[in-house]
Amino acid sequence: MTAKPLTFQELILKLQDFWARQGCVLQQPLDVEVGAGTMSPETFLRVLGPKPYRVAYVQPSRRPADGRYGENPNRLYKHTQYQVILKAPPENVQELYLESLKAIGIDLARHDIKFEEDNWEAPTLAAWGVGWQVMLDGLEITQFTYFQQCGGIDLDPMCAELTYGLERIAAFLQDVDSIYDIVWVHGPDGDVTYGDIRLPDEEQFSVYNFEKADVERLWQHLNAYEAECQALIAEYAAGTAEPTKKSKSESHTEPAAKFTAEQRRRFPLLPAYDLCLKCSHLFNLLDARGAISVTERVGVIQRVRNLAVGIARAWVDQLSEQKVTATAAQV
Amino acid sequence: MADFLLEIGTEEIPARMIASATEELQRRIGELVTRERLCYAARVDAYASPRRLAVVAHGLATSQPDVAEQVLGPGAAHAYKDGKPTQAAIAFAKRVGVELDQLTTATTSKGIYLAADVVKKGKPALDLLAELVPKEIAALYWAKNMYWRPGKPERFVRPVRWLVALLDGEVVPLEFGGIVAGRTSRGHRILSDAPVQLASPADYAEKLRAANVLPSYSERESKIRKALDAAVRQVPGARWREDKELLDTVVNLTESPSVILGNFDKEFLALPEEVLVTVMRDHQKYFAVEDASGKLAPHFLAVLNTATDSEGEAIVRHGNERVLRARFNDARFFWKTDQRFTLKDRVAMLKSVTFQKELGSYYDKATRTQRLGSQLSAATTDFRPELRQGVVYKAALMAKCDLTTELVKEFTELQGIIGGLYVVHQAECMKLSESTAGAIGQAIYDQYKPASMEDGVPRSLEGAVLAISDKADTIAGMFALGMIPSGSKDPFALRRAANGIVRILAEHNLPLSLKRIMADALRQYKDSDAESRFTAVAQFEQNVAAFFRERLEFYLRDIKGYAYDVVNAVLASGADDVVDALARAQAVAKVRGSEDFEAISASVKRIKNILRQAVEAGKWSASTEINIAQQLADSDAERILAKQTEDLASSTALLCLRKQYDEALAALASIRRPLDDFFDKVMVMVEDEAVRSSRLHLLQKVASTFQSIADFSEVVIERNAS
Repeated sequence: MTAKPLTFQELILKLQDFWARQGCVLQQPLDVEVGAGTMSPETFLRVLGPKPYRVAYVQPSRRPADGRYGENPNRLYKHTQYQVILKAPPENVQELYLESLKAIGIDLARHDIKFEEDNWEAPTLAAWGVGWQVMLDGLEITQFTYFQQCGGIDLDPMCAELTYGLERIAAFLQDVDSIYDIVWVHGPDGDVTYGDIRLPDEEQFSVYNFEKADVERLWQHLNAYEAECQALIAEYAAGTAEPTKKSKSESHTEPAAKFTAEQRRRFPLLPAYDLCLKCSHLFNLLDARGAISVTERVGVIQRVRNLAVGIARAWVDQLSEQKVTATAAQV
Repeated sequence: MADFLLEIGTEEIPARMIASATEELQRRIGELVTRERLCYAARVDAYASPRRLAVVAHGLATSQPDVAEQVLGPGAAHAYKDGKPTQAAIAFAKRVGVELDQLTTATTSKGIYLAADVVKKGKPALDLLAELVPKEIAALYWAKNMYWRPGKPERFVRPVRWLVALLDGEVVPLEFGGIVAGRTSRGHRILSDAPVQLASPADYAEKLRAANVLPSYSERESKIRKALDAAVRQVPGARWREDKELLDTVVNLTESPSVILGNFDKEFLALPEEVLVTVMRDHQKYFAVEDASGKLAPHFLAVLNTATDSEGEAIVRHGNERVLRARFNDARFFWKTDQRFTLKDRVAMLKSVTFQKELGSYYDKATRTQRLGSQLSAATTDFRPELRQGVVYKAALMAKCDLTTELVKEFTELQGIIGGLYVVHQAECMKLSESTAGAIGQAIYDQYKPASMEDGVPRSLEGAVLAISDKADTIAGMFALGMIPSGSKDPFALRRAANGIVRILAEHNLPLSLKRIMADALRQYKDSDAESRFTAVAQFEQNVAAFFRERLEFYLRDIKGYAYDVVNAVLASGADDVVDALARAQAVAKVRGSEDFEAISASVKRIKNILRQAVEAGKWSASTEINIAQQLADSDAERILAKQTEDLASSTALLCLRKQYDEALAALASIRRPLDDFFDKVMVMVEDEAVRSSRLHLLQKVASTFQSIADFSEVVIERNAS
């Protein structure tokens, strides 16, 4: 441990640099609240369909129930994930991952690395995979998942998802016992710490999430976003329904005319997905608020899941349309 | 003779799956070479580590032996026409590759057929293995598997990255998952980056050791044990806590194990030991260290999957200590914040914790369990007046409250235990006396016991009643919903719950009726939302009785070791009271095999047959009313048996009521002589209806004197009754 440990932002820069060299698209964080990097459309939607893709991005991830008013040195309402998607993963994906650890200054010969079974499942996204938690000297630093299904759809090809827990890794590298003591940057006027930058978020959002958020309005928001999202999904389904089959979603409206190729391509499924994410976050807020009763809970998870599954299906359909159009253009 | 090596190189296999997969692969390859006649009973060595499963099968033939066999052709009648071979005969000769004049005939049960003696050439082992081994690899069972190649052509636990297959020095060109086997293996991920070239199967273990992989479970286990011993010696008088399950896990998480001793701050010892050990064992996979008196010491032992220099060791130790400190700090933080609410305060919070989708919340469960517990308590005080009913009552309501605590949310395996500890800790806030809080705490602490066959039952009587109530409530709800365990399907672990009830009743010596417990449990659901979802109430009593009979059978046979016929005999006389069934089993097992009872068993069997046949022939009905005094006893043998039976019936009835089954059986043994005599001298199925009925009735009466203890006709007679 002779070299100066990386600051929080140097850690991000090193990872960005490493994965850029592997040909990843470096994306920016999604600007909608999400609980994990997986929920960004850069993962959730991009893993669907046959097209290879490599992407890496930082994703601030909000989990209202995990907030601790900034009082717990290891827990955060909003933590930062570094998310890498390799679709399809190269054969040496584990070795690549270990290379990335070297890139952030970890000398593998002087540490203990284990890949311990940890399978991942997200019921609200109808997504699951198998994989490991990567343990470095007893610390879980990464979730390594082979994604098998997303939005209820089998992935082919499947992809590898690497999720680095940045705060944990930074605290480890800098050998500090509290996340709030992580050095974010060596500034001209001294070190700027994680606490300097993030502590107010933790305090204020904990108060809001646990105490102030208006339950009645949260429900209203949830219902409104859900309705908007459902309407889009239904419209897409109606516009793309096979002419022979009668669409289930409409009992009272006239079957809409079938979409043209352009209407289909430009149909706003990405906005529909943003709306689904809003619902997911509102569910988390209501949950943190203790406002979801036993009987409701399963039902609300199912509601969000229905949106995610509906969008995933439509998205795959839209992708196949793009492929057809692209082929036509080539001819 | 040749040896065959197969190594499946994978990404890290989950530790919990390695042992069974290794055994299965070993078995499959052994069966394959036997089936394919490469070896009659090959010795198959197995190796495994997180990144590989391997077997070496010894002493295989390099080729299957040739086999001489007779192939049947067309019927002889159709083989020749006018002295010339028919088309059918010619085609047959061609097909089997034998000259026409070499054909013979064979006589079978169906007639005479044309036949050919052919020699079936054995296939080379190399070809056979290349063809068949991939099927065995594909057939391996995994609790959870995955696909990794586009088009999903195969599944395995994790991606297969290399294959080694050697028949002596030769590569067996088998293929799985798009990988063709070769002779190149891989060593330890970090410590050895050069490929490992294998010349022959004999090389395998040694070459891997040279590449920093200990290839077998036993090697790693013994290395870890020694390393743990060595590391703990740094602390005078200390020893590591034996933990077989943890040892299994770390053996299967490492290829090149080593051990470091780490320390934690003494002040954490103020936290309950249960919490500290759970964090170390379940979350960090560390071995706990105790001092000479068995008390937890502020050290831990971590098993690494690497060998590093002293600087590396210091870094790794520091890292592990840091993680443990954070975990302990969390635990302490949770413990502290949990004290904001007492368990009593948390009762209302249970309304938002699901017990089971159809059965409602834990609050619902708590109130049901409380009512059921009260009824059970009342029944129990009849014979155990020392039971503190108030303790059961209070404990039942608070038993599940720890599910709302931070500590249990974080360490779910501590449910119950945390509740128990909190009751004691919060005694004053909840205005409980130290003794009451202690008793409630212990009952809550033990509510999930017995968690396994090895685990003990709740320590106190109050804990026993609480645990029975909790389990009975779950079983009743699930059975009423029709969710009854079948075959390997028991997602709610109802069998474990029922086994628990049986063991608690037996070991706490509580002669309660299972039927009544379960009926009471079901009644607590009355007028609840859950009740409206019940679909199997009509069959409830029957289903529950059959379910518990099975559990009781399991207990008497597999836990207590009674012979199956004794268990059958005893349970045929009643399976509702565990304590009673156990006492009867004890008594019957004692007399089983004695000369008197062998004879009695034979006689009871005979009686049952006679009665059954009489009923079937319409010559008798068990309900026929006969006045014994008026029976037509015209022989001494009959009179003596009747007298003896009547005397015994009244004397043993009392003994049975007192559960003095040994004495009852001793008394009943005296019926053997008169019974033998009766069968020697008296004919039962005589023409005279009145006489016949009276004799049948007497026999019925004899059989029923045993009935309250066991059905002796179920007892298997091992030697001939003399």
